Amino acid sequence: MGKHVVVIGGGVAGLEVAGQLSKVGIQVSLIEKDSKTGGNLNKWYKLFPDRRKSSEVKEYLNGITANDGINLMTNTSIEMFNRHRDHFSIITSGGRELIADAIIVATGFDLFKSARKEEYGYGIYDNVITSADLEEMFSRGEISLINNTIPEKIGIIHCVGSRDEKVGNFYCSKLCCVTAVKQAIEIREFLPESKVFCFYMDMRMGGVFYEELYREAQEQWGVSFIRGKVSEVSETIDNQLLIKVEDTLAGRPLKMKFDLLVLMAGMEMSEGGRKIAGIGGLRTGENRFFAANDNHFGSNISNIEGVFYAGTCTAPMNITETISHARAAVIEVIDYLKDSN
Amino acid sequence: MQFDPFVIPFNIGLYFILIYVVTRSVIWFHDLSKPDKLRLQRGFFGLAFGLSLKEIFMESLIHRKILKTNLRLGYMHMSLAFGWFLLILFGTIEADIFGAKHLNAPYKAIFFRFFNPDHGRMGFEAAYGFLMDLILAFILSGLVLAVTKRFYSKVVGMKKTTRLKITDKIALTSLWLIFPSRLLAESFTSGAYGTGSFLTGSLGSWLATFLPAQQMAYPFWWLYSISLGTFFILLPITRYMHIPTELFLIFMRNSGIKTGDQAGTYSEVQTYSCSSCGICIDACQLNFSAGITNIQSAYLMKAIRNNDDVSGIADNCLMCGRCDQNCPVGIELSPLRMIQRRGGEAVYDIRNIYKGYFRSRQTIVSEKAIGSLNYNFLPEPDQKKADILYFAGCMTHLTPTIKNSMIKILDASGVKYNFMDEQGGVCCGRPLMLAGLDKEARELINFNSQMIWKSGAHTFVTSCPICYKVFKESYYLDVEVLHHTQFIKRLIDEGSVKMNFLHKKVVYHSPCELGRGSGIFDEPKDVLNHVSRLEKCNFEDENSLCCGGSLANMKISSQNKKKIAFDAVNELTKNTPDILATACPLCKKTFSAVTETRVADISEIVAEALIIKPLKKISGSNITSIKELANI
Repeated sequence: MGKHVVVIGGGVAGLEVAGQLSKVGIQVSLIEKDSKTGGNLNKWYKLFPDRRKSSEVKEYLNGITANDGINLMTNTSIEMFNRHRDHFSIITSGGRELIADAIIVATGFDLFKSARKEEYGYGIYDNVITSADLEEMFSRGEISLINNTIPEKIGIIHCVGSRDEKVGNFYCSKLCCVTAVKQAIEIREFLPESKVFCFYMDMRMGGVFYEELYREAQEQWGVSFIRGKVSEVSETIDNQLLIKVEDTLAGRPLKMKFDLLVLMAGMEMSEGGRKIAGIGGLRTGENRFFAANDNHFGSNISNIEGVFYAGTCTAPMNITETISHARAAVIEVIDYLKDSN
Repeated sequence: MQFDPFVIPFNIGLYFILIYVVTRSVIWFHDLSKPDKLRLQRGFFGLAFGLSLKEIFMESLIHRKILKTNLRLGYMHMSLAFGWFLLILFGTIEADIFGAKHLNAPYKAIFFRFFNPDHGRMGFEAAYGFLMDLILAFILSGLVLAVTKRFYSKVVGMKKTTRLKITDKIALTSLWLIFPSRLLAESFTSGAYGTGSFLTGSLGSWLATFLPAQQMAYPFWWLYSISLGTFFILLPITRYMHIPTELFLIFMRNSGIKTGDQAGTYSEVQTYSCSSCGICIDACQLNFSAGITNIQSAYLMKAIRNNDDVSGIADNCLMCGRCDQNCPVGIELSPLRMIQRRGGEAVYDIRNIYKGYFRSRQTIVSEKAIGSLNYNFLPEPDQKKADILYFAGCMTHLTPTIKNSMIKILDASGVKYNFMDEQGGVCCGRPLMLAGLDKEARELINFNSQMIWKSGAHTFVTSCPICYKVFKESYYLDVEVLHHTQFIKRLIDEGSVKMNFLHKKVVYHSPCELGRGSGIFDEPKDVLNHVSRLEKCNFEDENSLCCGGSLANMKISSQNKKKIAFDAVNELTKNTPDILATACPLCKKTFSAVTETRVADISEIVAEALIIKPLKKISGSNITSIKELANI
């Protein structure tokens, strides 16, 4: 066909799209702003619900993208793109101009910047970390406090930057609950002497095998789940973290001390995505993610003809969903290119 | 005796309004509390009387404050009020000098030209006629503005004007008719007799060229009289009641009477003094940022006057105090709103008798039915002895950087202090008060008061302006209450803390509760000037904006709050400062959510600039805080 498609973003969705397109003989330029591909997957050690290593998924993605049909451009971002009659001209940060027949936006998500929720003390108290920081500890193979001691009592706070009017995010990021359950189990595995408490608003265990994992966490690993939103965190003189929370099932306020607090940061539209939306005039929704043309049968289609979406740049998704969504985007692109012939 | 039946409507109106105002003022005086009665009596024979006369002249007639904020609107009010006053004054003098008799009934001055059509042909009389025409022209110019404003408010530089009820409209029409009908009546009479000055004379002689002036004049004299009579009779039940009421307000205020927290004469007088000029609407951020245009103070005053249900209006307000600041009449709008909030949904005893002429007392009959809240769960108050008590406040606990900065500053200053709510304290009570729940707030106030007494402290420092205001005003404490900006200023002046100069461009946002609410404008700016490059902005001091995060509004949606925050931040960061400084944890939190600019409390900036003397040298490392020392 001799068609050329530019894929913006080299995370799970971008790699899947690039791999599938090159399979059918379409030329792909894959643009990634970082020095390596993989996106948020690089931050994770193991994945829910089966706790397989994230490197296995990366291996799969690297496998399908290892061919000549893909021109990978790392450390590159998009400065401008314009639609001409039947093609796009794209200017990269290197000043190069790319001519493409279609664009797939796969800019993914950013984790909510937890410092914005100042009352939880991220960036202020040493032993308040995020879910991503904990994954890094897992991959290093050690969970320790700032003074190199082993934490005994660990608290996990759900919904940090999700379902929170005050930070302007009304939506549910939907993956943090199961991430919390997974990480709680992993902590208990790493540190069998530890006690883990999760503070949640609702447990949203909608995915395949999520509920089973939640049950396992309670029955097998003795993780305690307390329903209540943590209001504030402060530090005691002996470097412990004191939280204030209401146990809404028992109906009373609680104060608890922890050695380590893990914030389940939610998902937000990525900064890169917002930039693309700005320069390309792509429509975004109230949740700031890209707004798809149709919620039911057009979730890959944008408001500009020839520009498609793949993955978490449109909404929070897990990896399974992201890959499915990316494949759906490939079908839309192939259809589009066929029609434009 | 000079008399004609057409003066009857005017006479009825005039004597009615005079009797009414006297009766009403007797009732008002009767309803005053004893101390306020005393204040008023003392004021009547004291300095307050002179001050009030001056203020009445400057504000009720000249409208100096409106002129200062909006020249065209001020001119409109001035020409109508001052012009009318001059017309009556000089008209009376004219009638007394040139009339058939000296000391006349009022109508002879008002309808002077009718009874003396030959007057004003030459010399001094003509000059005086010129003056009277000039005054009439002055009023008419204002009237043209007023009529235009009603249909197109931008003419007088206002974005919004108030909406009216039906009696207001009738009264407004009769008011509008008064001066044109006088103009025409006088002109026709002048035209018929060949008298009159530049305005009535020339208009009259021109009209006489094609109209029978003699016959035309009489109906207009009737119209003039009827307009005046109607206006006077409707005055007590329309917004024009502000004309006589404002005089009482000025006198009462100068005598030292305050609104207080209960409805009474003073609150009623203030409510009736509102002329619905609409300046508060333009000043209100709910209007210009969030597009909410039915809850502003002018509408609250109107709803109270009309006995409407006000709870929806009273609760939908940020209580930022911008309208208090801008009100040209000086009505204490926020305290009046608080009175309505305290009433809540209680049943009012409204004695709405004689079609609203002697109406409501705004007396709240039943207690607010909030249920039996009890505060038995509060712990026993207990506090260690200290000179200085530091109270962070709930909001500061949600912005721990401020709390940590204050601890750093307090530690560095070397003062002996206690952190009163280190492990979480009890609320200061202000949020409950703002919701109108004073009794419940009192429980918390009592608890905190006991904590403070037990500490024996002489100085109480808080980081939160919301707390500051209530500790300062509603706690009966024998300690000095300071906001941390005042305290830091004192530490700097005493030389207890030393700081580096940060080469950063800073803009200061004055929080409502601290600035307009408590009058603390200078200390925060002094501190900032000491450590950084403080820049000016368009909304400073009394004119500062609300961040939108106010606890006081129980009705507003979070989207609208955000709009207000967004607009305010845009104004403040116009000159791209490095830091947007504030002195309130709630402002900080609200602003940080909507801007990329760094938002910091003054204490954070000070803590950053602080030069800390090491406590103790241990193996070469500088220990600067007790906490670090404890960890070794």
